[in-house]
Amino acid sequence: MDFQITMTGFVALYVFMLAAFAGWVIIGHVPAILHTPLMSGSNFVHGIVVVGGLFALLNASTVLEQAIGFVAVLLGAGNAAGGFAVTQRMLAMFQTSDAKPKRHRSHAHARAHHPRKA
Amino acid sequence: MLTMLPQLIIGIADLAAAFLFMYGLQRMSSPATAPSGILVAGIGMAAAVLASFLYVFSVSAAAKPHLVVNLSLALVALTLGGGLAWWSGKKVAMTAMPQMVALYNGMGGGAAGAIAAVELFGGKAHGATQLGVTLLGALIGAVSLSGSLIAWAKLQGVIKKPLRVKGQQAVNATVMAATLAVGGCVLYAALTGAPLVIATSTWIAIFFGCALLFGVLMTLPIGGADMPVVISIYNSLTGLAVGLEGFVLQNPALMIAGMVVGAAGLLLTLLMAKAMNRSVANVVFTNFGDAPKQKQGAIKGSLRPIEASDAGIAMRYASKVIIVPGYGLAAAQGQQKLYEFVKLLQAAKVDVKFAIHPVAGRMPGQMDVLLAEAGVPYDLIFQLEDINDDFAAADVALVIGANDVVNPAARTDKASPIYGMPILNADQAKQVYVVKRGEGKGYAGIQNALFYGDNCNMVYGDAQAVLVKMIEAVRGLGLAAAA
Repeated sequence: MDFQITMTGFVALYVFMLAAFAGWVIIGHVPAILHTPLMSGSNFVHGIVVVGGLFALLNASTVLEQAIGFVAVLLGAGNAAGGFAVTQRMLAMFQTSDAKPKRHRSHAHARAHHPRKA
Repeated sequence: MLTMLPQLIIGIADLAAAFLFMYGLQRMSSPATAPSGILVAGIGMAAAVLASFLYVFSVSAAAKPHLVVNLSLALVALTLGGGLAWWSGKKVAMTAMPQMVALYNGMGGGAAGAIAAVELFGGKAHGATQLGVTLLGALIGAVSLSGSLIAWAKLQGVIKKPLRVKGQQAVNATVMAATLAVGGCVLYAALTGAPLVIATSTWIAIFFGCALLFGVLMTLPIGGADMPVVISIYNSLTGLAVGLEGFVLQNPALMIAGMVVGAAGLLLTLLMAKAMNRSVANVVFTNFGDAPKQKQGAIKGSLRPIEASDAGIAMRYASKVIIVPGYGLAAAQGQQKLYEFVKLLQAAKVDVKFAIHPVAGRMPGQMDVLLAEAGVPYDLIFQLEDINDDFAAADVALVIGANDVVNPAARTDKASPIYGMPILNADQAKQVYVVKRGEGKGYAGIQNALFYGDNCNMVYGDAQAVLVKMIEAVRGLGLAAAA
């Protein structure tokens, strides 16, 4: 059994079409409040290009190919790692009033009442 | 059978990655599930990258002798690129997020272009379809790389002014035509195997040079205010380039991920352009910042300044306050102080909400992130269409560092460059306070009739300093009451 994937002509076009449709539908549901994390999140997803870079570099047989392959992996890894880091940081910041750590609440409370205590 | 194992594992890992990317993006549709969404996508990425090292078992005969060197190079590149980007991503300020996203996006485009370069220089792509797709991916990736770098430079303030010369469109069109022509030469030479006048590798190099130049020329004339739309376009283009190179490498994970992002980026671009009431073509081919040269109707009335402390106290005794933050707030690093002030108002039983315009900040949704960073819970944050009807019932609208997004001229003045743009109806509140550094104009460079309205008072000063005064004034009230 061969697990080598070959996709040519119309099969590739079908994959492209379905993926594009999926992307359109998935993103259509994201509220405006999350547009910045969404942009950096989708930016992270195309960081998968690093896998293609690794394939190219591992199959390089000349110095030129090695050099360009190295750049491909370097840039692709930067895209993936950076995209993940900023997206995760941003999304961790979104909190509701209820789920907020108590520290924040009591903080505000104490400040508001502080003058009376004084 | 055993020799097939690496291929099987790679196949499964890539399949899982493609699924996890889509599932992760889908979970990003709500702030509650979004953090797990990016984590899910991250697991998919890690799995795909780890599995791709199994390529060592199936490298071509020509590459076998270089395997150790290639493997070492791969590890160095992964560590270096991933490490540096991770470190910069963890420490970048939230206000600098747009240029950071532009930079990472450019890297993705560059990677796609580089993969195409390996295929082309190595003569690995065969047949008209594969060659054509490789060239197209190379073109899009290279444009995305150089264009994103220019976008980064503009947002970072390295390039201060949009560069526009007469006949720019003609120059751009010529460069594009030249790129396509050179691409045709590469295609011809590679298909026939006969070098066309100069060596095929020289043609390939010229092709990449032209594509990079086009990205620069296309982005230089676009004003800083339009950069978010431009970044979104390049994000979409990078996705497309990655998808096309995925086809060349026969890797469905790349094809799917790239095309999902390509479509998502396109939708996001259209949404943004719609929020600005402009077409994408209008953003790319005209310059917003320079546009308002025409005379506008003079605005009658005068600006009435008020002390920050008085405005603060008035809000303390209001029952409903809507805050309209703009980039000026973030530029003054005033988000923390603003939320501190809001908490004081809330403690005094004032109903406080935030109203966010779709293009507030330097990229869509950036203001939401900046407020979230300051600890503002997202259930206090409302988008334009959800809150615009509330302004009429509000006692106070507090406009901080925002200008064009509350300019009533967008509704009434057909001569105004922002005519037709949806705005926040801050002018309908009983009282409007506008916190501004001075009497200057907004990003669009136009007068704002809101400031001259009978219900409006100006609070001049740095947003952070003004908020400190407001906080002190309201605290002072509590002190007086206790005494």
